[in-house]
Amino acid sequence: MAKQYETVIGLEVHVELAAKTKIFCSCSTEFGGAPNTHTCPVCTGMPGSLPVLNKKVVEYAIAIGLAVNCDIARVCKFDRKNYFYPDNPQNYQISQLYLPIARNGYVEIETGDTKKKVRIHEMHMEEDAGKLIHDEWDDTSLVDYNRSGVPLVEIVSEPDMRSADEVIAYLEKLCTIIQYLGASDCKLQEGSMRADVNLSVREAGTERFGTRTEMKNLNSFKAIARAIEGERERQIELLEAGKAVIQETRRWDDNKEASYNMRSKEDAQDYRYFPEPDLVPVVISDEWIEQIRARQPELRSEKLERYKKEFDIPQYDAKIITGSRHMADIFEKASAICGKPKKVSNWLMVETMRLLKDHGMEPEEISFSPENLAKLVNLTERRMINSSVAKEVFEKIFAENVDPENYVEEHGLKMESDTGALEEVLKKVIADNPKAVEDYHGGKEKALGALVGQTMKAMKGKADPGMVNQKLREML
Amino acid sequence: MDIASLTAAGLGKKIRAKEISVVEAVRASLDRIDQVEKDVHSFVTIDREGALKRAEDVQKQIDDGRLTGALAGVPVAVKDNICTKGMPTTCSSRILENFHPAFTAEAVRNLERGGAVIIGKTNMDEFAMGSTTETSYFGVTRNPWNLEHVPGGSSGGSCAAVAAEECPCALGSDTGGSIRQPSAFCGVTGIKPTYGTVSRYGLIAYGSSLDQIGPIAKDVTDCAALLEVIASRDPKDSTSIDRSIYVHRQSKGPDSQESFKGGQPAGYDFTSALVNDVTGMRIGIPRDYFGEGLDGEIKEKILAAVRVLEERGAVAEEFDLSLVPYAIPAYYVIASAEASSNLSRFDGVKYGYRTQDYEGLHDMYKRTRSEGFGEEVKRRIMLGSFVLSAGYYDAYYMKALRTKALIKQAFDQAFARYDVIVAPAAPTTALKLGHSLSDPMKMYLGDIYTVSANLAGLPGISIPVGTDSKGLPIGMQIIGDCFAEKKIIRAAYTLEQTRAYERPALAKNASKVQEHGADDRQRKEAVQRREAVQRKEAVQREGGAV
Amino acid sequence: MANKISDETIEYVGILAKLELSQKEKENARADMEKMLDYIDILNELDTEGAEPLSHVFPVYNVFREDVASQEDGSEDTLANAPVKKDNSFKVPRTIG
Repeated sequence: MAKQYETVIGLEVHVELAAKTKIFCSCSTEFGGAPNTHTCPVCTGMPGSLPVLNKKVVEYAIAIGLAVNCDIARVCKFDRKNYFYPDNPQNYQISQLYLPIARNGYVEIETGDTKKKVRIHEMHMEEDAGKLIHDEWDDTSLVDYNRSGVPLVEIVSEPDMRSADEVIAYLEKLCTIIQYLGASDCKLQEGSMRADVNLSVREAGTERFGTRTEMKNLNSFKAIARAIEGERERQIELLEAGKAVIQETRRWDDNKEASYNMRSKEDAQDYRYFPEPDLVPVVISDEWIEQIRARQPELRSEKLERYKKEFDIPQYDAKIITGSRHMADIFEKASAICGKPKKVSNWLMVETMRLLKDHGMEPEEISFSPENLAKLVNLTERRMINSSVAKEVFEKIFAENVDPENYVEEHGLKMESDTGALEEVLKKVIADNPKAVEDYHGGKEKALGALVGQTMKAMKGKADPGMVNQKLREML
Repeated sequence: MDIASLTAAGLGKKIRAKEISVVEAVRASLDRIDQVEKDVHSFVTIDREGALKRAEDVQKQIDDGRLTGALAGVPVAVKDNICTKGMPTTCSSRILENFHPAFTAEAVRNLERGGAVIIGKTNMDEFAMGSTTETSYFGVTRNPWNLEHVPGGSSGGSCAAVAAEECPCALGSDTGGSIRQPSAFCGVTGIKPTYGTVSRYGLIAYGSSLDQIGPIAKDVTDCAALLEVIASRDPKDSTSIDRSIYVHRQSKGPDSQESFKGGQPAGYDFTSALVNDVTGMRIGIPRDYFGEGLDGEIKEKILAAVRVLEERGAVAEEFDLSLVPYAIPAYYVIASAEASSNLSRFDGVKYGYRTQDYEGLHDMYKRTRSEGFGEEVKRRIMLGSFVLSAGYYDAYYMKALRTKALIKQAFDQAFARYDVIVAPAAPTTALKLGHSLSDPMKMYLGDIYTVSANLAGLPGISIPVGTDSKGLPIGMQIIGDCFAEKKIIRAAYTLEQTRAYERPALAKNASKVQEHGADDRQRKEAVQRREAVQRKEAVQREGGAV
Repeated sequence: MANKISDETIEYVGILAKLELSQKEKENARADMEKMLDYIDILNELDTEGAEPLSHVFPVYNVFREDVASQEDGSEDTLANAPVKKDNSFKVPRTIG
């Protein structure tokens, strides 16, 4: 029988922080803009320029460190990582090696029914590199330093994951936590969150780790899953063939679904770290940590606990809603206004999710206000509009954030509450449809539906189908 | 009147008194440059037009009372590793030939705010690596005292320019002695301030943890005045220190009579220390600095200067400053390591030189850097890269940082007992051109008396104390505790009052020639000035606004 | 103890430092480095046990900037000294990927 292998995975996750300015200069971190417009002498490595640390970056890093259960360093320092590459204007990156800002944390992940802790080895602050665009026209590369110096934290996990599912659960967990903190939008596709996968395989049951490789350039959860599968197979094949896995950095090409070695003779990977002489240490007091802790928003797990107690909604719904802080905020605000959390939850779970899916949008992109959702709930609760009208109005709310009260008024969608008028219509419908009336009396319940439909049509949809149903039975 | 021979303070005073116009002052510098530059070669860039234009602007600001400082209208030369917008900044390297910085260094901006006129950029050892100014890509600078000799380095251009009276004062930078040693070789005065006193923003880094910009001038008064202008807490330099809140430590000797005691902010008022009195000041003489390897004439002149200070009321005492032999190796490990990283940005991508022919990125990097850097720079980059490389970091770099800690402790102990420490600035006077380059080790050993101050962040001043039998100047170094600039200024000033400033023959001769030529023009300009003043007064009398 | 620097080491350090040395320069570099390292080795005589490595001379810490953006377009100054540029960017030989 073939040998059984276990995959051992650790992650290095880079997260771009939501600070307005770069880590060491006051250039904007905004996306877009022509090449090199968000640059200054500091982030382009001009001779004579010097870095000055952005305080907000330290505060975001502390907030994330606390949220992932790390010990926050009382003294942390920056180091230089030396390597030549054109996206790195100084040919060194300012990072933290010897005294990172946070250590020894963990997050809890869930895959299927199993819960597990993934330990975090350390987290440090560093600067991002610029962007290289390959100019196919004359086979050169063009360097844009707009992203150079954008603040990052790198979160380094222990090799605690064993499958792609666990990796994705871990990434989703980190993502939710950091989004909740408002410290980053964590978009894998746009590069504001990037994961490098360290992977090794070993025979099941053995203690010792195998030789690991590091994979870069993973831009989606799907790419990560494919890369893990591909690399696992590649390493097992090597081992089965009696060859050794070489410790190296590999670049994943998701189009070819294969990785290749990034290293050339010219990349010695000897980074010659040493303490950054241009920056002074950061000393973090208990008071500072407590201030940040006090400002920390409620995280997802805490929210879930609270929802269980406060709101009568299914656990599944609570999980979906709290999956995005933005959606949770809408839920809580709308529920507070209308007092009907269950109804609000329904709108989010059914119609909102459907429309998001139709438009290929993320929950973060929901643009309607909780006020308008609450108004819509009230309109239906007070039977001012019926459910099909409500759906129509909701689509407008979703698309344009319209005020449902005004919209219903302006478009004459309010339900007809004059029972006299309804009775007139019913009489006419009964008279015009003797066949259906006969069928109903003959025991065909279905026939009633046809009559209700006729009535609704005659009422131009502005009647309460329940009421129509009830009246119709009475009259028949 | 020979304007070029004036001190900065003297010239500034005459400018404020309207005895000399700013344009005249700048022209006097430019004229002297025309006379001696072909022999001395202090400058990499001379900005004639810019300086004259600026002179007119400064004159206006002096006239309407906006500029009143000691250096208003005074020409200043700036070492070419200090960024100046509108003037190339080359570090005397091929790799930065034609580099035009987008910004001006904070120290130079401070000078400009004070009304100084930057006349040009001075030659130096390439990237400040060297002690002779011979490693410059743009050719050597010669010592104005003897053109066969080096001016010292790396701020050799600045020191030679001041000695040759091409400008009354200049900025230099000091990483391991680069202000103090060439000051001694050229017979001028230079201060390396406490680390963090002058902003490094705009100083092209060599060894970031050691680099400081400082003043070079003909006397202590000028140096103090210049330092007062350039020193500032700069938010753009994280290592710059606010001296107005940094409290200085008290030396525990017998109570001294000094105005400057412990427990007070270090401050920026350096000229307040220009006091001719050292009564009760305790001077430490490290035995290790006066032993083997030191030229006998230098030793003699320095000890004679100490006796003068003793006569003026100071108390001198020999002591053992430990760890002296370890300073140079620690220094070269730290400085080379930092340099290897600091100089990696010069790669042909963003600015400066790029090689003509290359195949691919790494070939472009290697050729650019190999062609762009000189031998000494490459030597230090190689050493620095090696000591930081995997497997050697602890043995070399960490060891050097621990040694640095112990050296700092040794000075802490010394300054618990002494107000100042005296030392030579160099083991010899200026060597002949070409003498040092053949043996780099020998050149490194010449830094023995200066590197410790950089490692420990201490201020040091070098002042002339005479000449040797070859007629070359001898400099004495006075080292202070961190932030104790005022003590070293006071000691140096007191000593300076006992002797006259010695000019090199080159400057004296140039003066004579210049005086003849300048007489006519100066007379003409004096008449014009008088007339202008009369016109202005006439207008004022008639009640018109000026 | 005399330090011996191998050809491989000189080659390796050349790769790290991005310097291409001629055969003669390599010989010199090797000799210089050996001499320097022999000299630096006197640090080994010194007992530095217990001495904390001193990176910054003064105990200054927490020097920060506030997170306020300057909105200037820096591209003109940034590119002013570029040896080769195109489309508002620095042009370099093709990189991997």
